[in-house]
Amino acid sequence: MSAPHGRPKGHQPQPGAAQRRTPLTPFPGEGAGGEGSPEDPVPHIEVRDLSMAYGDFIVQSGLDFVVNKGDIFIVMGGNGCGKTTLMRALVGLQRPAAGSVLYSGEDFWNAAAEEQQRLKRRLGILFQGGALWSSLTLAENVALPIAEYSGLPPARVDELVAFKLALVGLAGCEDLYPAELSGGMRKRAGLARAIALDPDILVIDEPSSGLDPLTARRLDELIVELRDSLGTTIVVVTHELASILSIGNNSIYLDSESRSMIATGHPQDALKNGHPKVRHFLTRGGEAPPPRLNVPAETP
Amino acid sequence: MGGAAAWRLALRPGEADSRGILFVGLGGRWRIDQGLPEAEVLRDKLDASVRQVSFDAGELTEWDSGLLSFVAGIYKACAERGIAVDGGGLPPGAQRLLAMARAIPEQKVSGRSTGTPGLFAQAGIATLEFVRGVPQMLGFLGEVTLSLLRLVSGRARFRARDLWLEIEEVGPRALPIVSVISFLVGLILAYLGADQLKLVGAQIFIADLVAIGMVREVGALMTGIIIAGRTGAAFAAQLGTMQVNEEIDAYKALGISTIDFLVLPRMLALMLMVPLLTLYSGFIGMLAGLLVSVTIFDIGVFEYYTETLRALEFKQFAVGLSKGTVYGAMIAFAGCLRGMQCGRSAEAVGHAATSAVVTAILLITIAASIMTIVYYQLGI
Repeated sequence: MSAPHGRPKGHQPQPGAAQRRTPLTPFPGEGAGGEGSPEDPVPHIEVRDLSMAYGDFIVQSGLDFVVNKGDIFIVMGGNGCGKTTLMRALVGLQRPAAGSVLYSGEDFWNAAAEEQQRLKRRLGILFQGGALWSSLTLAENVALPIAEYSGLPPARVDELVAFKLALVGLAGCEDLYPAELSGGMRKRAGLARAIALDPDILVIDEPSSGLDPLTARRLDELIVELRDSLGTTIVVVTHELASILSIGNNSIYLDSESRSMIATGHPQDALKNGHPKVRHFLTRGGEAPPPRLNVPAETP
Repeated sequence: MGGAAAWRLALRPGEADSRGILFVGLGGRWRIDQGLPEAEVLRDKLDASVRQVSFDAGELTEWDSGLLSFVAGIYKACAERGIAVDGGGLPPGAQRLLAMARAIPEQKVSGRSTGTPGLFAQAGIATLEFVRGVPQMLGFLGEVTLSLLRLVSGRARFRARDLWLEIEEVGPRALPIVSVISFLVGLILAYLGADQLKLVGAQIFIADLVAIGMVREVGALMTGIIIAGRTGAAFAAQLGTMQVNEEIDAYKALGISTIDFLVLPRMLALMLMVPLLTLYSGFIGMLAGLLVSVTIFDIGVFEYYTETLRALEFKQFAVGLSKGTVYGAMIAFAGCLRGMQCGRSAEAVGHAATSAVVTAILLITIAASIMTIVYYQLGI
């Protein structure tokens, strides 16, 4: 990649630019099919009748969806509907109560331990708070997965680390500790660690929560760019409308009342003619224009 | 707050065609910092003759959520009695805020217990928790054992730097506190011995008592308890905080064994350093014994020295070192177990640290008893 510091405004053509799409318009033929890739979609993650529970308390049940290769798949829903729990079941952190998660046809939860380890290595995860290892510097955080699994000599690892940090706009911050970073920097550093091993699948929990609009947009652009240039399949757990509508090309909506998914499809389609509850969600509770926030002050 | 309340409340039952309406007159300043009327004042008036409550806020000069909570109380009381409320007389801002507060109905939160359970219920809950904790503890023990086996076969992976950091933290930095406590315990042992041995006129055996006592038992026990409080609690707090920050999840999600990576270096550090500290503690204790014997009980330095050498056989050191190693393992086990079991809140981290110390001291005492009996039976 020749422009690690974000795309310049002028968007000069680059090798392979033919297949590329401009960032933030990832849906070709808007509203037509709603599929991410123009070719035949290849299922990458298949979720079959998944239920998650804490003890007797069922968080979500009957989840059934497919994430295709190269999708930017949005898991949306209100606070506390079980988005993060679904993410934990997807990435192997919490055994689901029932159902299965298939990666390219391989059933994760019924696989042997070694097989699970192998599948896990193909996943990159960005946790909500970044989850950086607090006793390690940024460079060490990003280097650890690479050093652990790539077998590269330390000098090559360092170069890779520097590049990944530059990609998320943190060049020069190698020797800082997580506690010395702002929330936004932590999140970007978490992304650098998540993409350290160039994962096939990137799972991101709330990418833009706590970020200012410009940083959030840059992160969205980076997500789209990772998909476009490396073909990464990306699952984004979010309730951030700007992200949902600008980068997603497929989605599910988790409903907290029925404790199940009530809609699936392209977020733009969902906005135009989806389930009423999803439209309600995507329009912040009403049709445009958005609700007025500055109620005139009462003068008692 | 001045002498008189700043708020004014006047209740006036409606007459003639407005019969059945209770007019609530609000005047003055209704603010949290000005004191508020008790809601009972009004509830008593809401009898069967009242069909509707209306407000008159014409003389209201200032208000904040103090007014709102009072009015919300009226709404609630009226809803229970089936009385209509006309909020039209309230300031428009107050009407809007009250409407927002009522917009989302009260939620029934399931799975939350109400109130504290009774004594028997608490005893039952505690017992069940303990019973549930046993398999967890055994499971963790199994994982740690497997990890140690992986280490022996050279397949366990952790960062050497972590081990050195832990060794530094556990070893050299614990020297001051171990020195002070060992010195004082040695001193106590010497006085204890002097008092008893005086009866048979054999005060020179203070040297034997202090040497064998410190090297064989007390050095390891005191070091174990100090390190449990100092390092066991720190381990639990470190791992607990990592649990809160999802750092543990980040390792697990990468497929990196948290036992190998986080528990093993801590385990090794304690298993290496606690025996060394035990040895050190023994020497400091003997030094204290020497000091007391020479200055208080008129025993010669050389006499004490030769008596100590005569008393100390290799097996005393072996017993002390073996106990130190086991205690170290127990402390690391308890600290890491409680840290890994930690919940996701600040309170849980504190609980993990406390629980780590309690568990470690319990395990140390049990291990000490078993080893003492076994060594006695073996004649060591």
